[in-house]
Amino acid sequence: MSDTEERVKKIVVEHLGVEADKVTMDASFIDDLGADSLDIVELVMAFEEEFGVEIPDDAAEKITTVGDAVKYIEEHKG
Amino acid sequence: MRRVVVTGLGLVTPLGGDVETSWNNLIAGKSGAGQITRFDTSDQKCTIACEVKPADHEYGFDPDKRVDFKIRRQVDPFIVYGIDAAGQALEDANLLDMDEDTKLRAGCSIGSGIGGLPGIESESLVLANKGPGRVSPHFVHGRLINLISGQVSIKYGLMGPNHAVVTACSTGAHSIGDAARMIKDGDADIMLAGGAESTICPIGIAGFAQAKALNCSSNDAPEQASRPYDKGRDGFVMGEGAGVVVLEEYEHAKARGAKIYAEVVGYGLSGDAYHVTAPHPEGKGAENAMRMALKKAGLGEGDIDYVNAHGTSTMADTIELAAVKRVLGDDLGGASMSSTKSAIGHLLGGAGAVEAIFCILAIRDQIVPPTLNLDDPDEGTEGVDLVPKIAKKRDVKAVLNNSFGFGGTNASLIMKAVD
Repeated sequence: MSDTEERVKKIVVEHLGVEADKVTMDASFIDDLGADSLDIVELVMAFEEEFGVEIPDDAAEKITTVGDAVKYIEEHKG
Repeated sequence: MRRVVVTGLGLVTPLGGDVETSWNNLIAGKSGAGQITRFDTSDQKCTIACEVKPADHEYGFDPDKRVDFKIRRQVDPFIVYGIDAAGQALEDANLLDMDEDTKLRAGCSIGSGIGGLPGIESESLVLANKGPGRVSPHFVHGRLINLISGQVSIKYGLMGPNHAVVTACSTGAHSIGDAARMIKDGDADIMLAGGAESTICPIGIAGFAQAKALNCSSNDAPEQASRPYDKGRDGFVMGEGAGVVVLEEYEHAKARGAKIYAEVVGYGLSGDAYHVTAPHPEGKGAENAMRMALKKAGLGEGDIDYVNAHGTSTMADTIELAAVKRVLGDDLGGASMSSTKSAIGHLLGGAGAVEAIFCILAIRDQIVPPTLNLDDPDEGTEGVDLVPKIAKKRDVKAVLNNSFGFGGTNASLIMKAVD
């Protein structure tokens, strides 16, 4: 597991209160992890804080799985 | 006429995370006051409060029991307390398995005086320090006063009236009174009704201290700070928590064989039309609310056995007492009167509901809770049983609960044992 993946999963577990083993790369925030659209706004904010990246709204809308988040952060972090 | 009875109780208080623990500690004469642990008070005039204790405390509150982790993260503590107390009340009333038709006629009226002040404070600091892009998307609905009623209705599928009273320290009593009317009017058969508060945060303590309402002279003796009717009283001690009751139409309750604690027989409301924080010096508003409640109940002098006073441990205590004397007689018609704020502090929007539950338990157990710290009763208290320091066994059939709030808003509730 990459460092980014590990930190993303930790944030997801902390925010959504889900079991760590459910937070797989292809897990959908809404369909598999019980998040709603506001939870995703909060998660995106937490990713921005943690990794020092900016995730604009149009990009955030395309992040639907844990893997999407990890991929976006890997590509954009400084 | 549709009658309204109480069939379930739920409490989160500085003396316990449930009804029996809170009540047993109250009757035992314990105090919930102590130094504030939530934040650094070194620059505050007041450093004490009656906090709800953590889960590992002897009489602490465990938020894990009834409130989902995710919701706890998003909402202010007053909502957490409210959801838990509502869940307790539903469990107590044996109403966790309602069918769809019953849920359509079951509602919520759980209010708060101030709402999510700690979250408004902390998120304002986020806004100032990190900018609007870091403000939580849960900020608004995690602080709104009606979101106890909202959360509870979602959790338990209650589709009847969804209401939330905001009348400062009268909120809890108004919530119960209004909900009882909704049942009487036929809008619902079951209502979860009550109030919650949690404002023990830097701006909450500072604000009430600046308004000269809080006791700021007993920081070294927190358990002695709340002393209603005592000559040495010097302001209230802030409490926190929630009280929620299940109100139910009498025939509905009887048909399902529910345990019935008491009947809500009287509800009176009034405005002081005088001052934003000080009560009318002659207690006219308080008197009007009590008289209206008694009239509705068809009761008079000599019919009330216990008065749970608003009694905040301020100058207003004796104004209230004088009003009660005018309504019930110089000896209160034989009633005992105490202020449980001496033990749990002032729960603001939660106070009226928590105290209504104490009244109901007084009927159940035929015992009235004490007024702690009543060492030197003030003038005007002669000939009145203020239940100093020790709980008292006595007949309790009808009870009167007073709540008065900033803005000059008054509510009185009368509840009675059901034969």
